[in-house]
Amino acid sequence: MVEFIKLEDVSLRFDSQGDSLGTLAVKGLNLTVQQGEFVAVVGPSGCGKSTLMRLVTGLQFPTKGQVSVAGKPVTGPVPIAGMAFQNPIMLPWRKTRDNIMLPLEIVAEHRRTFRKNKTAHIKRADDLLESVGLKGYGDQFPWQLSGGMQQRASLCRALIHDPQLLMLDEPFAALDAFTREELWQIIRDLHIEKGFTTVLVTHDLREAVYLADRIFVMSAGPGRVLLERDVDIPKPRDIAVTYSPDFGDIVAELRAHISEARA
Amino acid sequence: MKQWFGKINGIALAPWIATIGLFAFWEFACYVFDIAWFILPSPSRIAYATWEFGPALWRNSLQTLWTTLSGFGLAIVAGLWLGIFIGWDRRIYAAFYPLMIGFNAIPKIAVVPILVLWFGTGWVPAVLTAFLISFFPIVVNVAAGLATIEPESEDVLRALGAGKLDIMLKVGLPRSMPYFFASLKVAITLAFIGSVLSETVAANAGVGHMMLTAQANFEVPLVFACLIALAIQGILMYAIMAWIEGKTTGWAHRSSMAN
Repeated sequence: MVEFIKLEDVSLRFDSQGDSLGTLAVKGLNLTVQQGEFVAVVGPSGCGKSTLMRLVTGLQFPTKGQVSVAGKPVTGPVPIAGMAFQNPIMLPWRKTRDNIMLPLEIVAEHRRTFRKNKTAHIKRADDLLESVGLKGYGDQFPWQLSGGMQQRASLCRALIHDPQLLMLDEPFAALDAFTREELWQIIRDLHIEKGFTTVLVTHDLREAVYLADRIFVMSAGPGRVLLERDVDIPKPRDIAVTYSPDFGDIVAELRAHISEARA
Repeated sequence: MKQWFGKINGIALAPWIATIGLFAFWEFACYVFDIAWFILPSPSRIAYATWEFGPALWRNSLQTLWTTLSGFGLAIVAGLWLGIFIGWDRRIYAAFYPLMIGFNAIPKIAVVPILVLWFGTGWVPAVLTAFLISFFPIVVNVAAGLATIEPESEDVLRALGAGKLDIMLKVGLPRSMPYFFASLKVAITLAFIGSVLSETVAANAGVGHMMLTAQANFEVPLVFACLIALAIQGILMYAIMAWIEGKTTGWAHRSSMAN
């Protein structure tokens, strides 16, 4: 196993007034993610889950400690990461396929050759769309798609440049229960197929237990890791597993810790 | 008969009925209440004046149209650039916003004498007034469109290694286009007000100037004919801008971004 993400004693303080008395978002965070692992981070709101995302993708730098991704300290944006958020943020003036191909117009590796390789990219985008069950929707505008479909498309956008790391910030939170479970299975299959390392930030415990190999429970204000829990349910997991007693036990155990964290 | 009526869209017909109705009522009222032609001329008198002074009215209308469009054109160029500059960074936006509000708060008619002082009477102050009065909404709208990019959009692109220019070109500018085109509808109307305003104060041509002359000669129907000519020009220009807006940024009306 290779360590892919490593946070060592990371603290981050937002100094809103320019002094040192700003809010402490995270404190003494230690966290390691192995290559190819699926990790979930759960916790009450305000526990710095999103800050963790921004630290790992190089959008924010710690005031103390060190973050490294793929063996290198993070000193700037991390283009080997793909991101998806609760809000699919599709650009409404671009067709779905062009939205998905947007990262290829940006990342240094592809931007110069984007036009030259366009046919290959279109093929790739269409293959990804097919893998999330959106075959033939590439020519639709995002606002012609339902919320769940937009979220699938946003997953395709996160994966188009073949990232080694997928960062998911509550991507299913705004969806109805059925669509959510459908997307869990899509993510599960994509993770098995492509083998990228995944960090899922969520406050849905069932989602975390269903998808993750390992779960970190964070506490609020300032955020730090309270508990690290391995999920020993064999993979690939069928959705029926969510009704098994083992699954229920893990969820209950996590819930107890969260209540503690909120108290 | 019923079938024929069923094919006509009531909504499409409504503005015509209202407009024709208004003029019919006006004509009718002038006869019934015996209103003097030098107080409120009837539409038929105005129509006669329009025909009588047709060539002069046409010439002056073209002059006003030209000054309006010149000022409006300058406003588009300057407004777009200034809007991009101000919207580029939240700090620049914060710095310039109060100044912009202050500038816009000045009644533009107060500026016309200064413009006359600098450039003399004629078409220059008219073009400049049209420009000054109409560039503000363009700046504000473009800047607002740029300054309100969703933070997540920015995060996605920045994490991929996008610079400020990338973010502006891929997200900011396309995103601010609906705001820009919406502001053009407002701006063209304002430009028109600006040029006519200046023409009535300090010009030797244009519909504004013609109105002033007609008033001095007590040609009241002609004054009203000028007003109607202005209204028609205003509606036409607004309609053209609305059409361009619909053509270019139709997506904004169907996506949630329109809110």
